[in-house]
Amino acid sequence: MNLIDVKNLSKRFPMGKGEFTALKDINLTIGKGEFVGLIGPSGSGKTTLLNILGSLDVPSDGEAIVLGNSIGALSAKQSAMLRKESLGFIFQSYNLLQVHTVYENVEFPLLLLKLPAAERKKMVMDALAWVGLTDKAKSKPPQLSGGECQRVAIARAMVKRPSLVLADEPTANLDAANSHNILKTMEALNRDLNTTFVFATHDEKVIGYLRRKIFLLDGSIDKDEVVEHSKIAAS
Amino acid sequence: MIKFLVKGLLRDKSRSQMPIIVVAIGVMLTVFIHAYINGFMGDTIELNARFSHGHLKVMTKGYADNMSQTPNDLALLDSDSLLSSLQREYPTVAWVPRIQFGGLVDAPDSTGETRAQGPAMGMGIDFLSSASTEVERLNIPKSLVRGRLIQNAGEALISNLFAEKLGVVPGDVVTLIGSTMNGSMSMYNFTIVGTIAFGAEALDRGALIVDIEDARYALDMQNAAGEVLGFLEGGFYSDEDAIAIAQQFNALHADSSSEYAPVMKSLSQQGNMGSYVSLLNTWTGIISSIFVLAMALVLWNAGLLGSLRRYGEFGVRLAMGEEKGHVYRTLIYESVVIGVIGAAIGTAIGLFFALLLQVYGIDISGMMEGAAMMMPTVIKARITPVDYYLGLIPGLVSTVVGSMLAGVGIYRRQTAKLFKELEA
Repeated sequence: MNLIDVKNLSKRFPMGKGEFTALKDINLTIGKGEFVGLIGPSGSGKTTLLNILGSLDVPSDGEAIVLGNSIGALSAKQSAMLRKESLGFIFQSYNLLQVHTVYENVEFPLLLLKLPAAERKKMVMDALAWVGLTDKAKSKPPQLSGGECQRVAIARAMVKRPSLVLADEPTANLDAANSHNILKTMEALNRDLNTTFVFATHDEKVIGYLRRKIFLLDGSIDKDEVVEHSKIAAS
Repeated sequence: MIKFLVKGLLRDKSRSQMPIIVVAIGVMLTVFIHAYINGFMGDTIELNARFSHGHLKVMTKGYADNMSQTPNDLALLDSDSLLSSLQREYPTVAWVPRIQFGGLVDAPDSTGETRAQGPAMGMGIDFLSSASTEVERLNIPKSLVRGRLIQNAGEALISNLFAEKLGVVPGDVVTLIGSTMNGSMSMYNFTIVGTIAFGAEALDRGALIVDIEDARYALDMQNAAGEVLGFLEGGFYSDEDAIAIAQQFNALHADSSSEYAPVMKSLSQQGNMGSYVSLLNTWTGIISSIFVLAMALVLWNAGLLGSLRRYGEFGVRLAMGEEKGHVYRTLIYESVVIGVIGAAIGTAIGLFFALLLQVYGIDISGMMEGAAMMMPTVIKARITPVDYYLGLIPGLVSTVVGSMLAGVGIYRRQTAKLFKELEA
């Protein structure tokens, strides 16, 4: 069963008196457990597509069905519900809440789900264990390195065990060692929890980990290739 | 969730401490300035009321027509009976008889010849009866510069400036040269027992204070009074209440055409005091409104900017699945908390400083030298019930409205754009 089904999707933004077409006639499907990247230079439309898949934006034409929900047809409430229950986001600049501790940042999505305190605590500690930050639970983001912040962001995205994680340039602010560390963590989570990861990236380091690469150029899919397992292992 | 939001509010000083400080300062200034304006304006009215106009004044019709000349030949006769009647009919008003008179004060030398003379503005007040409240009303004990208060008949207090001009000191005898209520010449000796300074230049130039019985004796006004002043309960002038009482009283005496018939006038109905009262009320209203509006704009902007700064955070919360309505409501709740705390702190501080000014005042006598108008030489604030809630307008309402307007962006902007602002 497909997790994501995009059909004839276009996205246009008003620009002056006219319109700018960011995505045109996109068709793709992404299945459960995939580790896939939307790859392309700036302006190719990868973040726009990621936003639509994340229900942060809506298509102008066509359809994007995510976990059985047609994004364009969702009300604001339904859209928030989809994000709250099934989607995780990882941002380029971490976007952690600076005044809250690591524990509280990771706990936030669970608060929205109104889970009991004991259950929340277990889930947060599990998530921090996945990313190796159990000892930093009481630290605040300004006390952490960039790599640690991004690991907190991963824990926050994963803590509710979403079906789909959307990561927008997750390694853009990290050095090579931290980038590999983060990517290995996400790869492990994808493998262990069978969570689908969709990246928007043009970072070669990320591309090296992907099992499927969807190349975007000027708002259209230029190439969609599945990487053989042996090639990933070699890289 | 509430705990999470409270933690964020407490830890993020730019979200809590700074806005609370800004709101508190704005509210403090609003409350203080309002109390100050009210005090200064009100003091001027009360000073005039206490010394000459009363909140209400009963005179004969003839006296009222020529009030500026204080024509004691048209004084109220049988004033004791009138006083009893007023006290019976209007028990909440404090009624006191007064005689205002003009005259020449002559200070003799050791041989009895005139050493110095000067025009006096005399006032006969109930000084010696045990039930009198006039001494406190005119703040005479605190106004005493030298000597003591009047304790016996034939004694007088004189303004310190006037005493210096005449070269008299407590213990000296001066002669009041004036005219009786029947028009004949009157000469009466008073022993100066003290000098006073009221803090109002117009009063301090030539005041001579004597007991009303002495004034009656000197001016041949047995059981008469130039005027009977009434002071409203609470000690502050209320134009509405005063006019209502005056109308009621005058309706009872409307039939009499005699110039000796009593007539009652409120403070605002005496001379140009009416336009002065309305001028003061208007200006108090205008100045207070401008200040409240200015502070409201400042705090509205503070609320607006404080919320705009958080668009990125809202974007992340929306991305996590929080509903727009919930984000918006929490923003408003936060601004209500900040507004209430800031307004409470600001009101408390504003009232504290206003109270200091109300109790101690600021002496501006140096700036009032030569003033012809009866104005206080000590600026004092006056705290009124309005001051307890006035700060809520700029403090709470403006802060919340600012946040509400800023929060509209949560709805009007596309979520993706809102959320991207954090990355900018």
